[in-house]
Amino acid sequence: MTSKEKGWKEISIGAVCWKPSTEFPTGDWKTYKPIRDLDKCTRCLLCVIFCPDGAIHWKSEKGDIDFDYNFCKGCGICANECPVKAIEMKLE
Amino acid sequence: MKSAVEQKILALNGDEAVAYAVKQSDVDVVAAYPITPQTIIVERFSEYVANGEVETAFVCTESEHSALTACLAASLAGARTFTASASAGLALMHEILFVTSGCRAPVVMAIANRALSAPINIHGDQSDTMAQRDSGWIQIYAENAQEVYDSIIQAFRIAEHPDVLLPTIVGLDGFTLSHSVENVNALPDEEVKKFVGTRRFPNALTHEGKTAPLKLDPDYPMTLGPLAFPNYYFEFKRQQEEAMKNALSVIKQVHDEYARISGRRYGDGLLEPYKLEDAEIAIVCVGSTAGTVKTVIDDLRTEGVKAGLLRIRTFRPLPVQGIREALEHVKAVAVMDRSMSFGGQGGAVFHEVRHALYDSSKHPLTVNYIYGLGGRDTSPSQIREIYTDLQEIVKKNRVEEPVKYVGLRE
Repeated sequence: MTSKEKGWKEISIGAVCWKPSTEFPTGDWKTYKPIRDLDKCTRCLLCVIFCPDGAIHWKSEKGDIDFDYNFCKGCGICANECPVKAIEMKLE
Repeated sequence: MKSAVEQKILALNGDEAVAYAVKQSDVDVVAAYPITPQTIIVERFSEYVANGEVETAFVCTESEHSALTACLAASLAGARTFTASASAGLALMHEILFVTSGCRAPVVMAIANRALSAPINIHGDQSDTMAQRDSGWIQIYAENAQEVYDSIIQAFRIAEHPDVLLPTIVGLDGFTLSHSVENVNALPDEEVKKFVGTRRFPNALTHEGKTAPLKLDPDYPMTLGPLAFPNYYFEFKRQQEEAMKNALSVIKQVHDEYARISGRRYGDGLLEPYKLEDAEIAIVCVGSTAGTVKTVIDDLRTEGVKAGLLRIRTFRPLPVQGIREALEHVKAVAVMDRSMSFGGQGGAVFHEVRHALYDSSKHPLTVNYIYGLGGRDTSPSQIREIYTDLQEIVKKNRVEEPVKYVGLRE
């Protein structure tokens, strides 16, 4: 335990989070990494909707999506749901 | 004590007394699943809902696990929340009992105390709630239907107190209290509404760096019930223990404030002594059996026997200091348990009363009586025999058999 961590009198009761979960990258949990075939991808955005971690983002300035590997846990739901099979799960 | 307001005398059984108290307590959400001997509570309450006598959202769930989960969620959204269960139903809630106390959701739950299977038995004992004594819930046990009514109203104030914020169980012995009709003095609706007030919320620091009332609110997004790693989990558990300590004084305050309106007292709200001050021998018990014990004490006193009683009304948090101070002058104490702690040498109440007395220099002799399991009746003559045993123990100055069974066939 480091001295920076708060004592029981200082923290919110009921374990209310005082930091956003984005401060804790969880991307290193994954074994398989989603890799997208840019030619096959139709930008239908189904993967954005299905990702349980909100780790696939639509970037309007690029007119394309980005995988955020800091939070992708490698579950493979995106690859499974992709209607054109543009996502392949590759062993890291 | 005189009541400050005019009260209505109603003929109610314990379950109906619960439902009536809940009806008056301005409850937002009730989610429940029926189980004997609690069924009448939810039946009566659903009638109030159907008749439009309350504005409560009533949720019929598919199990007790779901019922408590619904209550937990409603409570975290800021609703005043109530449920009721017993026996196997409470056992099925086991997981969510800990989640509710850990999330600091002040749900109030009535338990019509009933035996656990197997063999299956629908009758009264306290095995169900005693098995949940480490789940982080406050536990208050009533002696009669009147106290059931009073305790439910008090429970909302206790549970929701910002220094406490813990879920609270009110226990009533199955059938003995749940199904027996008694005269119950009921306060006027507006008095109860004024007494329970509206829920107050302590502030919490959110992940956006804002300070906001501890409840789900779209204007102040907040994460409740998250994951805590080994570096923080322990600190949250320590907070719950502090809340239990705070509950000791809050239960007394709420009880006193209620007594000024109703004219009714139950000891100090934690412990109720009966003819204990000059007693040489005493019984400690929890729940409705105290009524029988008091009758036997009155008889014994006319015969010159200095017998007394300490009824534990609040079992969680355990008023350790109060138990010690109340009992240390007594020569021998019989602790009655209406549940078993298999392999633990005696029941839960015995363990804890003995623990409280260990730090007393006077060390009264203590003996345990397991009684009334699966609804077995405990008669005044059996209580009298316990006092006779205590007289023998005092005479011999030793306890030969620390754990005994009342009315058990050999």
